Amino acid sequence: MKLALGPILYYWERDTTFKFYDEIAASPVDIVYIGETVCSRRHTLRAEDWFEVAEKLGQAGKEVVLATQALIESESDLKALRRISGNGKFMVEANDMGAVHLLSAAKIPFVAGPHINTYNPQTLELLAELGARRWVMPVEMSRAALSHMQAARPAGVETEVFAYGRLPLAFSARCFTARHHNLPKDDCQFRCMDYPNGLTLKTREGQPFLALNGIQTQSASVYNLIGELDAMRETGVEVARVSPQAFFTTRILKLFREVMDNCLPAQTAMQQMAKLMPDQACDGYWHSRPGIEQNYRASAEDVA
Amino acid sequence: MSPETSLELVCPAGNLPALKIAVDNGADCVYMGFKDNTNARAFPGLNFDQASAREGVRYAHARGAKVLLALNTFPQSDKWERWQAAVDNAVELGIDAVILADPGLMRYAAKNYPNLRLHLSVQGSATNYEAINFYHEHFGIQRAVIPRVLSLAQVEQVVKNTPVEIELFGFGGLCVMVEGRCALSSYATGESPNTCGVCSPAKSVRWEQTPKGLESRLNGILLDRYGKEENAGYPTLCKGRFEVNNETYYAIEEPTSLNTLEMLPEMMEMGIAAIKIEGRQRSPAYVEQVTKVWRSAIDAAKRAPQSYAVNPAWMAQLNKVAEGQQNTLGAYHRPWK
Repeated sequence: MKLALGPILYYWERDTTFKFYDEIAASPVDIVYIGETVCSRRHTLRAEDWFEVAEKLGQAGKEVVLATQALIESESDLKALRRISGNGKFMVEANDMGAVHLLSAAKIPFVAGPHINTYNPQTLELLAELGARRWVMPVEMSRAALSHMQAARPAGVETEVFAYGRLPLAFSARCFTARHHNLPKDDCQFRCMDYPNGLTLKTREGQPFLALNGIQTQSASVYNLIGELDAMRETGVEVARVSPQAFFTTRILKLFREVMDNCLPAQTAMQQMAKLMPDQACDGYWHSRPGIEQNYRASAEDVA
Repeated sequence: MSPETSLELVCPAGNLPALKIAVDNGADCVYMGFKDNTNARAFPGLNFDQASAREGVRYAHARGAKVLLALNTFPQSDKWERWQAAVDNAVELGIDAVILADPGLMRYAAKNYPNLRLHLSVQGSATNYEAINFYHEHFGIQRAVIPRVLSLAQVEQVVKNTPVEIELFGFGGLCVMVEGRCALSSYATGESPNTCGVCSPAKSVRWEQTPKGLESRLNGILLDRYGKEENAGYPTLCKGRFEVNNETYYAIEEPTSLNTLEMLPEMMEMGIAAIKIEGRQRSPAYVEQVTKVWRSAIDAAKRAPQSYAVNPAWMAQLNKVAEGQQNTLGAYHRPWK
């Protein structure tokens, strides 16, 4: 089983991002997805910078995939998309059917990202014919539904599961971080930079519920399937994805690697992770339950 | 035919009485769904069985109106046959077009029924012309419904770069998230528009009078709490009041209605093919009121686009049925974002 690192979903300082990828280059991860997938206004790294990061990671032996923006609205968004899809060197993760259009028309193989709605074998088969070499399961899909997908999966297509991180649940035209600061989106002053793990939204009785990340809304809880890696393997999943967070990402990757390689029991890893996560864990989606629920228990005491 | 004269009014039909009222009050098209999760308004007591669908098609066609069928959820991996059968059934019923979101289902429809007119649902999340043209090239879609996230200038850019007709939402409940790309409901309840055709489903809602006020909960999660003087609306997850940095407010969206009456001449000028009214879950009285007003407005704008002005009486009538008694131009008007 391979370990992947998803694209950074937050807006970090330029130096922080470079430093982050220096650490990733030395971490036990096989595949690294990079690029801005959330908001076209974010610009601390320009296209050339991302290509530079890609080169460095490639030299460190990582499989690099350039991820495209999920919500593509304007002509300049399309321009950025064309530049990525036509890069000629690195694999591209398509996160919108516009990207699938460009890549398939140019006969370039691609990864169908988590924001392509692949909910049934017929759609997966279509994507495979169009050039998908890997697909990332929609975050709300359960293990049971995935099993049906896997049974009918076309040859030559790998399956990847979003296995760790605050869940990217929704996209909007509206920037909720700017809204929180009473700023219009067009003059957002890049306030999302103040929230490197997202801005937690709580219910009126203080329950952490969601995390605002610009135009993206995430779960406040951290989806964590480290206890399900065996189940994933049994279901024929080839790649598990960890989503970057502002702190401890390399330690999270290391724990996933160790559990994958059977060097550490999942329960031990789960216990160690408690202090490394920005919020509590959830895994409901995998178990055909509301996403917010947590089913896996790290220890016997938790069950009692 | 110039775009000014071809603009269609597309009205919601949650059941047969609503369908008839929409047709009687001037809808060019009505859209409906079957009684299961093949459509994004899979609510109890709503939608059409075989007999009512047949009668609805007969009624509409006899009066020159078209019937569109929403099959706009994503077929779930183990229940594909249900969606496929729904497409077959649409053809058998003589439906004028099916509104689809799933690429796999679209391929099935295009391959098996080359004469069936295909519309890309708003749930298909196509927000740019490259995405729309994908569905056109592969499946020959003739119309796309655009998510409520683009500004009017962005919509115009789409219209200019695709042969596909563009349909815009004109009035009704406002999804602040990109349709087809929101899993908030399943995160809280296990059921979402994509997978089950519902958002914040009624069966997960609990109302409770407490000393702190009337509380609405979704699967136990507190969405809002209302004071004595406050109107409590349907507890849609994104329209609750939440705490962010110790400030309590509508952190995602106020409970408002989209209302674009004032933009009608601009929309016609840029060649929009159809205006969609949201609200299959609403009453026949809502459908009647909204259809009437929009019919008058579209006719007025077609007659004299230069001198078109929103009639205050129209607004008053729409406000009576609007969600949250407030209006917004939504994303079409850039400052809203």
